[in-house]
Amino acid sequence: MSGMLSAGLRLRETGLSPRWTLILCGLLLAAAIAGPFVLYPVFLMKALCFALFACAFNLLIGYVGLLSFGHAAFMGSASYITAHVVKVWGFEPLAGILAGTAVALLLGAVFGWLAIRRQGIYFAMITLALAQMIFFVALQVKFTGGEDGIQAVPRGRLLGVIDLSDTFVMYYFVLVIFLIGYAAIYRTIHSPFGQVLKAIRENEPRAISLGYRTDRYKLLAFILSATLAGLAGSTKSLVFQLASLTDVQWQMSGEVVLMTLIGGLGTVFGPVVGAFIDVTMENYLAQYGSWVTVMQGVIFVICVLTFRRGVVGEIIYLAQRASIGRSQAPPPSAAAQAAPGE
Amino acid sequence: MLSFLPHFALPPTPALFAQLLIGLINGAFYAMLSLGLAVIFGMLNIINFTHGAQYMLGAFCAWLALNYLGIGYWPALILAPLAVAAAGIVLERLFLRHIYRLDHLYGLLLTFGLALIIEGVFRQYYGSSGQPYSIPSELNGAHDLGFMFLPNYRAWVILASLAVCIGTWFLIERTRLGAYLRAATENPVLVQAFGINVPRMVTLTYGFGAALAAFAGVLAAPIYQVSPLMGSNIIVVVFAVVVIGGMGSILGAVASGFVLGVIEGLTKVFYPEASNTVIFVVMAIVLLAKPAGFFGRAA
Amino acid sequence: MMQTKIILAATALVALGAVSAAAQSDGPVKIGVLNDMAGLYADLGGKASVVAAEMAAEDAGLVLGKKVEVISADHQNKPDVGSSMARQWYDQDGVDLIIDIPTSSVALAVNEVSREKKKIVIFTGPASSDLTGPKCNAYSAHWAYDTYALAHVTGSAVVKSGGDTWFFVTADYAFGHALERDTAEVVKAAGGKVLGDVQVPINTADFSSYLLQAQASKAKIIGLANAGADTVNSIKQGAEFGIVEGGQKFAALLVFITDVHSLGLKAAQGLQLTSPFYWDMNDETRAFSKRFADRVGHPPSLDHAGVYSGAAHYLKAVKAIGTKDPDKVMAQMRAMPINDFMTKNGKLREDGRVIRDMYLFQVKKPSESKAPWDYYKLIETVPGDQAFRPIDKGDCPLVKKN
Repeated sequence: MSGMLSAGLRLRETGLSPRWTLILCGLLLAAAIAGPFVLYPVFLMKALCFALFACAFNLLIGYVGLLSFGHAAFMGSASYITAHVVKVWGFEPLAGILAGTAVALLLGAVFGWLAIRRQGIYFAMITLALAQMIFFVALQVKFTGGEDGIQAVPRGRLLGVIDLSDTFVMYYFVLVIFLIGYAAIYRTIHSPFGQVLKAIRENEPRAISLGYRTDRYKLLAFILSATLAGLAGSTKSLVFQLASLTDVQWQMSGEVVLMTLIGGLGTVFGPVVGAFIDVTMENYLAQYGSWVTVMQGVIFVICVLTFRRGVVGEIIYLAQRASIGRSQAPPPSAAAQAAPGE
Repeated sequence: MLSFLPHFALPPTPALFAQLLIGLINGAFYAMLSLGLAVIFGMLNIINFTHGAQYMLGAFCAWLALNYLGIGYWPALILAPLAVAAAGIVLERLFLRHIYRLDHLYGLLLTFGLALIIEGVFRQYYGSSGQPYSIPSELNGAHDLGFMFLPNYRAWVILASLAVCIGTWFLIERTRLGAYLRAATENPVLVQAFGINVPRMVTLTYGFGAALAAFAGVLAAPIYQVSPLMGSNIIVVVFAVVVIGGMGSILGAVASGFVLGVIEGLTKVFYPEASNTVIFVVMAIVLLAKPAGFFGRAA
Repeated sequence: MMQTKIILAATALVALGAVSAAAQSDGPVKIGVLNDMAGLYADLGGKASVVAAEMAAEDAGLVLGKKVEVISADHQNKPDVGSSMARQWYDQDGVDLIIDIPTSSVALAVNEVSREKKKIVIFTGPASSDLTGPKCNAYSAHWAYDTYALAHVTGSAVVKSGGDTWFFVTADYAFGHALERDTAEVVKAAGGKVLGDVQVPINTADFSSYLLQAQASKAKIIGLANAGADTVNSIKQGAEFGIVEGGQKFAALLVFITDVHSLGLKAAQGLQLTSPFYWDMNDETRAFSKRFADRVGHPPSLDHAGVYSGAAHYLKAVKAIGTKDPDKVMAQMRAMPINDFMTKNGKLREDGRVIRDMYLFQVKKPSESKAPWDYYKLIETVPGDQAFRPIDKGDCPLVKKN
């Protein structure tokens, strides 16, 4: 699996100086705050939820090197739990989100414990199998509403005070959740824990020989990934006021792979870009029916063949090459002096 | 809330036999499809997600041949696999050969993308409800076996798939060509040094795998509707079958195909709602106990 | 800096995708046809429903001084896709009426959006009688048929003609369950027995196992509580296994003329079915159907006819009161009787149910059919107030209990 990522992804996280990074973050934040006044807020909220989902997924594949084909299970089950807690039990939205995320955490612990024992394709297949079983449960159990899903989920009043049925208020709430999730991932990656994960990804036997209990680290990363995927799902069910089977189907797991691939595996910001691109594409092409599927397929093919670093990965690579090129060009006088002497 | 648990009502023995037979017939499809996947994975180390689309293409070729060229079922059994094999060879040359040196999972993603493209294009032009394709007149009717009416066509499916599976196994395990293929998988450089054109063998093997899928598609056309979605509906299950049997093993693929078809058939009797999921339960159990599947080599 | 440029470019791409025309409250009347364009219900609705809506728009001429606009989208039979499309249409795109929406799960989701936004939706495609029951909505109209009517008209007719033992093959989701439940009630009330049932998961292509179970039950009638391709497959595969030769009969509870066309008369002959419309019933239906067929290439299904009828009635109401205001238009639609080629003196009830006559048809034998699409013969006409559920039996919160 490490081979997958050394295909050109020797990364420092950004090729930029701290000043530029700060300016960039400021610009993005400003865009995020101004967003709902320019674009349709529900579209933006959808993109943010998927961006969080993709970032969570990327934690597992980009930084631990494990491809999970069953992440939809966490997203979907969290969305059902939140929908049920808020609609049927009447709790306020934050409690609903926490409940959904907690369930995703538990599910992640169980699935992770079962799946971590295997590697590569077998890991992927176990996660797929477990996700299919969740799909089956979601289909059969009464409270999920089967094909209908859980509909008319009330957005409620946050902490009993803030009315979330106002689209703008809801948007900022979703933005805050996204930023919290993103910060959590960022912090994880840039911590000692994250360094160990990278070591495991690059060379697991060596990490073991250095005394690290790699299984524990992998499991923790899996649980974190599952929890944040659950957070994304919980939020999504409140945005759309609906929890449906689409969220637990294997095609949804495939879609998050696509988003991460487009954006750049193993980059922090890549999945966000990938999610936005994919959601936009679906929105714009929705009227063209099956061409969306074809487009997604074409993007998969292109990404795998020539664009493995993804949008953000490619940008970082080019930026790094430019800065390395500048610092490594020998001063012309030294070369001219050396040549005649040899 | 627990109403989703199974209700056990044992049917009378004749009916049970009938269900087992039906399961065997479905198992025949699983066997053929996982055979193709196993051949491709065994020889090329590619996880061919396009297999489902190639199965669908086989069925569509038969349908198109009938409706536009007047070519019937029997010629289609040969022509469709040839056509799809040719298309597969093109795919292999254009796309797949660039990623052999990369991690397995890139192959999976690439073939997944190709499958999306093929399915999307067909869905755009043909919708996702099925096109009808009739059973060839020679195979119409049924035989009264006492405990059930066995439609002749379904009996034919079992026979044809057994023939193909045994034939393929024989080809790979017992002939010289098969020996070259197996050697080339172990050590391509050495085999190439002996003067055998390894890349061409690889290409032809992929074509052969695709042809197996297409053959299954033609067999399926009169039973299931010819629909652009028929591949994606079945591919995930077939993967599970291959994983259970062991990813490189021909024998494993065929055996688990039939066995799982029967297990699924029995589930349809006792707990029909679960029939789509039981194979995944089995897969999870097998993977946890025997990581490489029953007959597979270690990943 | 390159990365900044790329990010800004990406933002522009996003903006391109999301920008849509600003909704104007004094814009033209806009009708949105939301249905399944490529899936299993594409034939009974699909792009042809859009044509039906366009025909209604053209026939209405100028409404509020402007031409009526018709747009469409594919809900892919998914509640989340359908409800976000509906939300966007009502919020951003200035759509005043959403129509069609086959697939009950999507219809129920769109129903919630309509209720929340207080904007009008007309259901011609979906079957679930819950739309006028517990989920009833002041801004909706359930136009053509529902599971209750199907169960009562087909069910009682079949039992009356001797089919008193039943086995159900049911699509394992809300629509199938509702249809099985309603029909089982009718069968038992008429003195028949239900010998068993089997729940078939969605996306099943092979019914052989379930049909064998039905055969083993020895029930006289195999009730198909499913629709579209599922019904077609069940009947086709039943023929393979000699079900009809063995003496059992199929009762297909929801059949569209497009399904009969798929099956062919040889396989479908003798099937009894309930429908609010058949293209060849009288001169008016024939006239409309010819106009429709000239544009689409085949006669209209009950859904196509329903879309025309619903859109036309809505436009008539808007013209009559001179405003698009949803509350006033709904009141007007209820006040005006519904009269067109498909409906005679139909009435839109408080709970959203349209009361109209329902017809029991039987599929002709191949020898009886004289022309393409000449498939049905009329057996019985059931007046609306007998075919549909009485208003006080539906648990609709909008209905005041006396």
